[in-house]
Amino acid sequence: MLEKIILLLCCSCAVAQHLCTPDASDGYKVRLSIKTALEGQAYEWNENEMFLFRATLAFAMRNHIREQKFEVSNIIVCNETPRVSFWFVVTSPESTSVLIGKEDVEEAVRKSRNRINSAFLLTDKTLEFIGILPTLAAPVDPDTPPWLIVFGVVMGIVGAGIILLLVSSVVQKKRKNEMTDDEENCEETRVKTVENGSVGEGVYNMSFSDDERFTQM
Amino acid sequence: MGQTKDSGSEERPKWDNKAQYLLTCIGFAVGLGNVWRFPYLCQIYGGGAFLIPYLIALVFEGLPLLYLELAIGQRLRMGSIGVWNSITPLLGGLGIASSIVSFLVSIFYNTILAWVLWYFFHSFQNPLPWSQCPLNDNLTGYNVECEKSTPVNYFWYRETLNITPDIETSGSLQWWMVICLASAWCVVYICFIKGIESMGKAVYVTATFPYLVLTIFLIRAITLPGATDGLVYLFTPDWETLKNPQVWLDAATQIFFSLSVAFGGLIAFSSYNAERNNCERDALLVGIINSATSLYASIPIFSILGFKATTGYNACLKENIMSLTNYFEISDQNITVENYKQWFDHLNETFPDKVFSLNLRECDLQTFLDQSASGTGLAFVVFTEAVIEMPGSQVWAILFFVMLFSLGLSSMFGNIEGVLTPINDLKLVPKCIPNELVTAILCLISFLVALVFTLGSGNYWVEVFNSYVGSVPLLIIAFFEIIAVIYIRGMKTFSEDIYFMTGRRPNIFWKACWMVISPVMLLVVLVAYVIIQAQTHPTYHTWNPDYERFPQTQVKPYPDWVFAIILLLCVVPVISIPLVAFYKLICRVRNSSSRANLNPYCNGGFQADT
Repeated sequence: MLEKIILLLCCSCAVAQHLCTPDASDGYKVRLSIKTALEGQAYEWNENEMFLFRATLAFAMRNHIREQKFEVSNIIVCNETPRVSFWFVVTSPESTSVLIGKEDVEEAVRKSRNRINSAFLLTDKTLEFIGILPTLAAPVDPDTPPWLIVFGVVMGIVGAGIILLLVSSVVQKKRKNEMTDDEENCEETRVKTVENGSVGEGVYNMSFSDDERFTQM
Repeated sequence: MGQTKDSGSEERPKWDNKAQYLLTCIGFAVGLGNVWRFPYLCQIYGGGAFLIPYLIALVFEGLPLLYLELAIGQRLRMGSIGVWNSITPLLGGLGIASSIVSFLVSIFYNTILAWVLWYFFHSFQNPLPWSQCPLNDNLTGYNVECEKSTPVNYFWYRETLNITPDIETSGSLQWWMVICLASAWCVVYICFIKGIESMGKAVYVTATFPYLVLTIFLIRAITLPGATDGLVYLFTPDWETLKNPQVWLDAATQIFFSLSVAFGGLIAFSSYNAERNNCERDALLVGIINSATSLYASIPIFSILGFKATTGYNACLKENIMSLTNYFEISDQNITVENYKQWFDHLNETFPDKVFSLNLRECDLQTFLDQSASGTGLAFVVFTEAVIEMPGSQVWAILFFVMLFSLGLSSMFGNIEGVLTPINDLKLVPKCIPNELVTAILCLISFLVALVFTLGSGNYWVEVFNSYVGSVPLLIIAFFEIIAVIYIRGMKTFSEDIYFMTGRRPNIFWKACWMVISPVMLLVVLVAYVIIQAQTHPTYHTWNPDYERFPQTQVKPYPDWVFAIILLLCVVPVISIPLVAFYKLICRVRNSSSRANLNPYCNGGFQADT
């Protein structure tokens, strides 16, 4: 009895291993670059990490094909290299000799890519599924482009400054005009009084007037 | 004595203090060329060796011209047209030529400032918009044009300029460029609104801020990896280049354009000075500070370029490392940048054909360092790419573009002054129109003309203006300036002027330069320049996505009508010199013939004066 069970297990293992080969038609190659991503905090790649990978992938398959309950044993891994790269295939939970098709596996991985990445603290570039392209992030499109906001602020300040300076120079000019008007009025009355006091006719000679304005020279 | 207040001449505006005047002159001289032209020339002409022709040109050509302009403006206390008119009416055309050149230069120069503003507005985003390619229309991949070239190039040529494949295709007005241009002119207007009162205050900021930013960049840049490679590359002297006459020509033209003489702006600035001001010391200060700034600016620029080259080299190596690691399934990070050479040699020995099949890129630091650029290419392509790699990119980008803007703005002040002061001096506008309105009208007209540069082909036109307006006409004007002051006004009178202003006569060095060395140098430079330009049909680089060797720029010759415009741009400013001389000669001949008909008994001395 015991021998039969052992034989069956070995057979199934052999069958399973037989399913997973490099360049398998339904398999994918995975490549991890842990040291590149994490540098000082890089973890060792060992059996436990491999177990986590298989578990995460089973989770991804469950999320995609909801009717079937994938187990860790359904994810078969082979051809591990020191690079940390390996091939994997996914077998169906109902029958271990049937592989899940490439497209389904790809869909599953695509859907849960973020979760798979975070389980390993890696990114799309450092945890590569060869053949499955990462979906490009949709560009963030704000309603108003930020540059217009900065432009608005700068132009607002400049425009306000222009108006302020123009208004202040107009006000200054008005004040100056009022002051010179007052001065001219004063001068005219003074000139008139002198003219009234002059003896005869003649051209009035300004140089000898008492007006203190000219002493500025 | 008459009524002084009504004598007709208002009091001339003057500087609040000496510092304002010096800062304005320094700001005018120190411009974008100090940052993006001088380091490039230093690099291509054998680094430290270029300093020799540069310093010789400064001492024998730059400083004498500078001193001459500052002295004559301060003595005669008028803008450029007034000064030349009073030396001799025959050369009144010199001032008009200066004004026209100032106007044309200010138009395209402010367009460059509009581009700087555009980049400044875009530096407030994370990530910076020129760091990644945009997606294509159906969101499946990146934009094709961007993929083939680089995101930085794409942002500059497509999203900023939206450039057409050649100068004949004009394209349409780019609205975003129009509003940036409008804001640039508004900033110029607000600084000029009260003449030199407002400009003098603005210059405290615009002339000093670039030095602050350059120092910050210097400190940051020399701590970047690869900075020393860049500096070594820049300053390693290659004495062989001194044998090439092109180097001497470029040094002379660089000094000449860098000091901004012959624009009329310096004459205008010094005309607002007190009468007895030591203009010799001012000229020496401005000239030396200008050259020192060029040198000072080239250190952070080249540190950053060295950093960029090192980053590019490392990226190239990392690409190769990734290919090797993936192909040979070697453990991650076993091959590093440091031991790449040993690994590569080892793998090449054991599996040569496999390594060959990988098509690894040839990575050479020298090739990356050789990717030099000057002008807008340096600021908007090379530097922006370097800034992406620096931590805290937004801060560095903002600082850099604000620095460029203040450098350009302080030079714009000189250009606008070269146009406004003659208008005010010649009393071309009636008194009732206030100065603010005249400035506004000038800014508006310049803005409207500059709309040409916001078309799709605008960048090509800026290149045309840059190469041809700001070169030959200035050399001709400067040559006539020296002749006018030294030979027509006379060396003796000019020495007396300087004695009156500074208290001592110019020494033998200045006299020798003014009378012989500088005019000869100018003439040689002018003739050589014209000959070299005339030898080849002028060509230009175009950004053509349909070119087979895109992203390389396609070189095309200028079409004939553009060539005609180029000739016009060179000739129109200087044609006023002979035209006005001719016109004044005819007037003089007519006057002398009409004077001969006066009554010999008519004694004008006892006529009743009004």
